Amino acid sequence: MEKHVVVIYPHPDDESFGAAGTIANFRQQGVPVTYLCGTLGEMGRNMGSPAFANRETLPQIRKEELTNACNVLDIELEMLGYRDKTIEFEDRMEIAKNLKGYLDKIKPSLVITHYPAYAVHPDHNALGAAAIEAVRLMDPENRPTVWAQAISKDFPQDLGEPDVTNDITDTFDKKFEAILAHKSQAMGVLVQHKQKQPEMDDLKEIAKQNLGKERFYIWKY
Amino acid sequence: MKPIEMERVQQTLDELKNKEVYVHLETTNGAYASHFNDKAYNVGAYIRNAKVSFNQAKIVGDGKSYRVGLKMEMGWIYAEGLTDWTMHEGSKLLMAGHDQEGRLMVSLEISETPFSH
Ligand SMILES: [Zn+2]
Repeated sequence: MEKHVVVIYPHPDDESFGAAGTIANFRQQGVPVTYLCGTLGEMGRNMGSPAFANRETLPQIRKEELTNACNVLDIELEMLGYRDKTIEFEDRMEIAKNLKGYLDKIKPSLVITHYPAYAVHPDHNALGAAAIEAVRLMDPENRPTVWAQAISKDFPQDLGEPDVTNDITDTFDKKFEAILAHKSQAMGVLVQHKQKQPEMDDLKEIAKQNLGKERFYIWKY
Repeated sequence: MKPIEMERVQQTLDELKNKEVYVHLETTNGAYASHFNDKAYNVGAYIRNAKVSFNQAKIVGDGKSYRVGLKMEMGWIYAEGLTDWTMHEGSKLLMAGHDQEGRLMVSLEISETPFSH
């Protein structure tokens, strides 16, 4: 059993779309989970549908949504205070050292983050790389296992089959509730998945098909 | 935000003329454009808290979407596709254009005080 799991992603909602089922499984086993969330998604395009946010109110709204989602998932939250869309332009080593500070304190047995270069959004790639670097900076005997999540369409061709495939059917209701806590974002993202399957009406079913498995690669140092 | 009311926006632009103001200008088709559509590729640009001054400002449009041009001493600021506006915290003029799903595509904001960063 894991001792403590730390999830490192850049945006409020990455944890819900990407790993909420896995997180809920850990919480069911009583494993503590902490989410280190990089930004407040200040530059997001989704403003709710119909729109209720604007560029200036979005950060505060997403902060509240993030807090709600973390309450749904029953996990601890730390906000890192970087700005959406800028992480790749920051000094990677500085971010890695900042992350290492959290890891030294929390002493997790497992870290979940994005797989650099295969995670589509530049923030995902950059924070994933910094998280992997943060663990590299630790003494090998103290290093947690790292699960890296790829998102790009072609990743299995390049990387092979993921090492970890979590079928999250049992915790999918929890995951969907966490997704919906991100009120300003949920519909916009779910509708993009729906466009791939226009014949389907039930958004929850579409979400289950597209997001019902959470897959990770074990990072090799 | 609400649909642009041309006269009220023009009035606000006029009030911001010949002052030192902060501008946020942005356009984006999203970080996932090419992920969801093979034929698309990601395009975007933004500048936040550019400190400028303009001596002419005009909003032009057909009632559906609008363009705003700000003339500075040595250049122009321009945004196209603006559909909605609001006054934020009483004094910040926010204008934006959204697609059918309500996603932001373009944004032009002007304020006498800096935007949060
Ligand atoms: Zn993200």
